[in-house]
Amino acid sequence: MLKETLDFLSFTDPNVRYVVIGSVILGASSALVGSFAFLRKRALVGDAIAHSVLPGVAAAFMISGVKDPLILIVGALISGWLSIVMIDGIVRTTKLKSDAAIGIVLSVFFGVGILLLTHIQQSGNGAQSGLDSFLFGKAASLTPDDIWVFSSIGSFLVVIIFLFFKAFKIVSFNPDYAQTIGLPVKFIEFLLSTITVLAVAVGIQAVGVVLMAALLITPASGARFWTNKLGKMLFIATTFGVISAFVGSYVSYIAPNMPTGPWVVMILSLLTVASIWFAPKKGMLARLKTRRENQNKILTENILKLFYHLGEKKEDFEVGRSQEILLENRDFTEVELKKGLLKLKKKNLLRNKKNLWYITQSGLSEAKRIIRLHRLWEMYLNQRLKLEPDHVHNDAEAIEHIITADIEKQLEKELAYPEKDPHQSKIPYNDN
Amino acid sequence: MEAFWIILTGSLIAISCSLLGAYLILRKMAMVGDAISHAVLPGIVLAYLFSASREALPMLIGAAALGVLTTVLIELFYQKAKLQVDASIGITFTWLFAIGIILISVFANQVDLDQDCVLYGEIAYVPLDLWITDSGFNLGPRAVWISAALLVFVLLFIQRFYKALFITTFNEDFAKALGINVAFYHYALMGSVSLSTVVSFESVGAILVVAFLVVPPAAAYLLTNDLKKMLLLSAVFAFLSAFGGYYLAAFINGSIAGAMASVAGIIFLLAWGVVYLNKQQNQLKRKYKSASVVH
Repeated sequence: MLKETLDFLSFTDPNVRYVVIGSVILGASSALVGSFAFLRKRALVGDAIAHSVLPGVAAAFMISGVKDPLILIVGALISGWLSIVMIDGIVRTTKLKSDAAIGIVLSVFFGVGILLLTHIQQSGNGAQSGLDSFLFGKAASLTPDDIWVFSSIGSFLVVIIFLFFKAFKIVSFNPDYAQTIGLPVKFIEFLLSTITVLAVAVGIQAVGVVLMAALLITPASGARFWTNKLGKMLFIATTFGVISAFVGSYVSYIAPNMPTGPWVVMILSLLTVASIWFAPKKGMLARLKTRRENQNKILTENILKLFYHLGEKKEDFEVGRSQEILLENRDFTEVELKKGLLKLKKKNLLRNKKNLWYITQSGLSEAKRIIRLHRLWEMYLNQRLKLEPDHVHNDAEAIEHIITADIEKQLEKELAYPEKDPHQSKIPYNDN
Repeated sequence: MEAFWIILTGSLIAISCSLLGAYLILRKMAMVGDAISHAVLPGIVLAYLFSASREALPMLIGAAALGVLTTVLIELFYQKAKLQVDASIGITFTWLFAIGIILISVFANQVDLDQDCVLYGEIAYVPLDLWITDSGFNLGPRAVWISAALLVFVLLFIQRFYKALFITTFNEDFAKALGINVAFYHYALMGSVSLSTVVSFESVGAILVVAFLVVPPAAAYLLTNDLKKMLLLSAVFAFLSAFGGYYLAAFINGSIAGAMASVAGIIFLLAWGVVYLNKQQNQLKRKYKSASVVH
């Protein structure tokens, strides 16, 4: 195992070199091109194109009679292109939606492709062997010729994306805006589709028809969770493409009966699922954490408010409260209340003696802050939005947990430090 | 006789798929059907491994489980992870398909499945696999019986749940308001799609199942707004695709399944053309009318 790993990493075996270089070029350029398809919400069109290049390849072979990679790619380009035109045509002129249009074009083009391909196989033309690499891919047996074609098309794609980066960006995010500032949107969309078809036409030879969609869609989907910047997203997506191409070829080198393409997709999918879970900010765990923090904040703030309300009635905030009393006065579950009380104790906003809970000095000033926000907001809604006093409570109940210190100051200034809220309760300021 | 069995099997499968596909088109879930048809592959492979045979029952269970898993995964990516829906579909089915191919490679000597079969099936071999009872009585090809059972199942499913499927398809909110368990019908439909996919798998492969699921009902949908008529037309188009496909394949000496999908495509093109010309004509008429009003 270790020896094989070293062999693989040393790149002494020319075969390893071709496979790794070829897969990496394909992985990277598909990821790059696919990011734009992803952002334009046309991820599945990539899948349709992958299926649709097949009849073009077969027809090109039938017409030319030779298996020249360039001729085949031209055939692939034409039928891939035709599929996009058909999908757009169906959506534009019929009541069918894009999902149906994609499904129709994908399956019919593929059916025609299979029909032609089997016809060629039956006809016994010896040159045809290897045409089915367009069906299943042949990442494990790439030749120097393939590498030449792949890398020239790959670098062409990179150059195009580099040259038109800004236009692609605007058209992907906001085609209407692109139209208004006078960009040739139709031409740019044409260019975007062309590079997608090109990337598919070469990529399909490595991983096959079905898995091509993954090379386009999966890296972009994963990268999207890490950043909101297009440049960074392209970089991350490309990195994912490169890593998985590398690892995929490694796996099939170590275990020769393992197919390269599916392993590339496997690694890509794992990278993306990991991104979905663990990416900071947008990842599921990060979002769950924020949500829990918000829930805790709301819970503890509501408990503090309750202490204030209870104290306000008798103008005595020093009284100890039992859990039963607290539960009677506000709709908490017992579990949630206990959790909140302990959290508040930890922050030194409450303390307890046996079964009774007391609010501390810092707890009281925090409680005042929230009550103040609540009542200021009620005042604002009542005075500025002319809402009736009995319509303002629920809104304030939600926003009191969100208002920042800055907005608080603005509210105070705007309303000229009102003394009472619309329900004639006193608004507690810090100095009293 | 051979032609008869192949056309019969093809038609039975095509009709079952198109009837269910009509609901997929109306629910804008055509690509979910596509995803399921690819994603059942690992289920089929695992069923092979556990049962060590081509037994129907484990296959059906494996496929149905994978079909439901596919929909659950897509929804998880879409709703919980906030990934856009097209990408959620794309990631899910390619991942599961890749796992299926890897499993085939790992257990190559135990699983009698090859990649060609996965992609475009072997309907030409249908007449070879005969069902002969213990007493030696020849009941005809096994695949015919299986696909006939599938069609019966699909017809019963639609007949039994017709109203509920109708309401949940056209107005989900209204269905919810009526207290109908929308999720149940959603998963029931997806489960049935998975079943038809796996039954069709050996005959027509993963991708041409999609042709039957999507193309005939889409053509029917262009021609009518009435669900019952749409179901009927879908079935007719499905039969015509299977029938025409067989002779097209014989004519140019190629894959039967591929030819069936091609004929389905031709039918769709014709329907599209009819609708398009109708529209043009109506527009002309309207123009003519408004012109004569002015004068």
